[in-house]
Amino acid sequence: MLLYVARRLAALAFVMLGMSLLMFVVAHALPGDPARVAAGGVEATTEMVRIAREQLGLDRPLAVQYLLYLGRTARGDLGRSVVTRRRIADDLLEFFPATLELTAAAVAFAGLLGVPLGILSAVRRGRLSDHVSRLAFLFGISMPVFWLGLVAILVFYAVLGLLPAGGRIDYLLTPPPHVTGFYTADSLLAGDGQRLASALRHLVLPALVLSTVSLAFIARMTRSCLLEVLGEDYVRTARAKGLREALVIYKHALRNAAVPILVTIGLQLGTLMGGAVLTETIFTWPGIGTYAVSAVENQDYPALMGFAVTFSFLYALLNVVVDVLAYRLNPRVSV
Amino acid sequence: MTRRLGLVWLARQLGRNVPAALGALLILLLLVVSLEPRWFTERDPYRLDPVNRLLPPSATYLLGTDEMGRDIYTRIVYGTRLTLGAAVLAVALATVVGGLVGLLAGYAGGWLDEVVMRTTDVFLAFPPLVLAMAVVAALGQDLVNSVLGLAGIWWAQYARLMRSRVLEITAQEYVLGARATGVGRPRILLRHVAPNGLAPLTVKASIDMGLVVIMLSALSFMGLGAKPPIPEWGAMITTGRKYLLDYWWVPTFPGFAIFVSVLAFNLLGDWIRDVMDPRART
Repeated sequence: MLLYVARRLAALAFVMLGMSLLMFVVAHALPGDPARVAAGGVEATTEMVRIAREQLGLDRPLAVQYLLYLGRTARGDLGRSVVTRRRIADDLLEFFPATLELTAAAVAFAGLLGVPLGILSAVRRGRLSDHVSRLAFLFGISMPVFWLGLVAILVFYAVLGLLPAGGRIDYLLTPPPHVTGFYTADSLLAGDGQRLASALRHLVLPALVLSTVSLAFIARMTRSCLLEVLGEDYVRTARAKGLREALVIYKHALRNAAVPILVTIGLQLGTLMGGAVLTETIFTWPGIGTYAVSAVENQDYPALMGFAVTFSFLYALLNVVVDVLAYRLNPRVSV
Repeated sequence: MTRRLGLVWLARQLGRNVPAALGALLILLLLVVSLEPRWFTERDPYRLDPVNRLLPPSATYLLGTDEMGRDIYTRIVYGTRLTLGAAVLAVALATVVGGLVGLLAGYAGGWLDEVVMRTTDVFLAFPPLVLAMAVVAALGQDLVNSVLGLAGIWWAQYARLMRSRVLEITAQEYVLGARATGVGRPRILLRHVAPNGLAPLTVKASIDMGLVVIMLSALSFMGLGAKPPIPEWGAMITTGRKYLLDYWWVPTFPGFAIFVSVLAFNLLGDWIRDVMDPRART
């Protein structure tokens, strides 16, 4: 177990090193002068820019610059945003809980709906509902999430007037006292029903929209995992014993299919965080995705790079954690 | 895969699968539209007509007009070539580059193989969309650059696939036989290994098409791809977004066009996966 974790972490460290090199090259190719940005932007005097350049080591050879960059990034120093003038790491920390709340809600939706749908379609394999679910899956993965978001706003906000079109909470309400950064959890902790209701109403639509692709994927994976297990000898034995079909499926088959299904759901977390970038933009959800897209609009390249590095690291780390958990649950899984 | 797939057999199989046949027909239609947009509309996708701005869908303007009075239907028709062409180009680039790299890595082995595999590790460990955002920002915001950026990330998957095929193929008896008769390395690579490794690559390319269309339009949507006034579908959604609540047709129809074409690719891709790998059929 320890050896496995160590191996995965070593691989992660290696991959991160490769990523940092790629990001360094990308950052170098970006337009704009980082020394001027650090010195205070357009108003900075030539002298101030020169000093900033020396401080950042931008007058040193590229290899040295890379090492300096690596050191800064490892310490969590991602530079300053051109627009907010704040440390990018602080910006990201402020916006991250919103992204996490949205992603967690979407994964919950996708799992809670996707797994039962997958079971249904495996049990009814080859029948009409199975074919319908296959088509629904293809529809689900074919929908661009940013377009689905627009249509959802049109239907549920503009036409039906059921749900708000964007934001995390009514603009008349102040956010709940900060504990976790999740508005729903914080309202709950504060025992504030009004804010909880508002936060939930704002969360439903973006989370549902974000979960579509994953929902389709999880349903599909559940189906094939379950079908694989249903073909096993011990399932045949259970049936031969005369067990009821429901018992065979829930006690024998589903338990053995559980690990790959859980891993699928876990890996969707990372994918959903990626989709959150687009969903947040549509719903003006103040997460790191919105931050990144507005960085693109404002040509705030340091902020965009800070986002890309942080996000990539979290994504890779998350996948390692899921792999390790899968290993823990089922040592037969080996990589 | 060893079975020779006759075109007739393939067509007959396709006829049996209604959704896949529908997908194929749609793709055929999209192909015709991108080659000859003039057959489908007589208007100009760029012509401004401020008097007729933001008109709802009607008999004259099938899908309405946008904020500059341009006909949305015409823009979607002309955008087909751009949107789908860009995706085809990105997938083709990734396939060719990835295929060649994988071929070399798998056949050469040793340190070259090691270097290539560790490089692909880096590209596969990170979210493609976020990686593409950074790379395209560095290259400059432009449709061509978004194609290059995406292909520059996507190639790793094809390299991995090709390499594993090459390792399989080089262990086959016909390759050993060729080597035993004294055929040179480059000739073995070109005549025996490459053609047999190509099939899974093309299958993957066709399955990936839908996803790549979505990724490219997502990049455009974020302002990292095609720039207005180009009638690329993702860019049309970005500019039309502002008008969603009062003039819903402006961003909705270009998005619908993306959805329908991605669905067509996915319907066909799903079937291709089944036909090529009967074991995966569930």
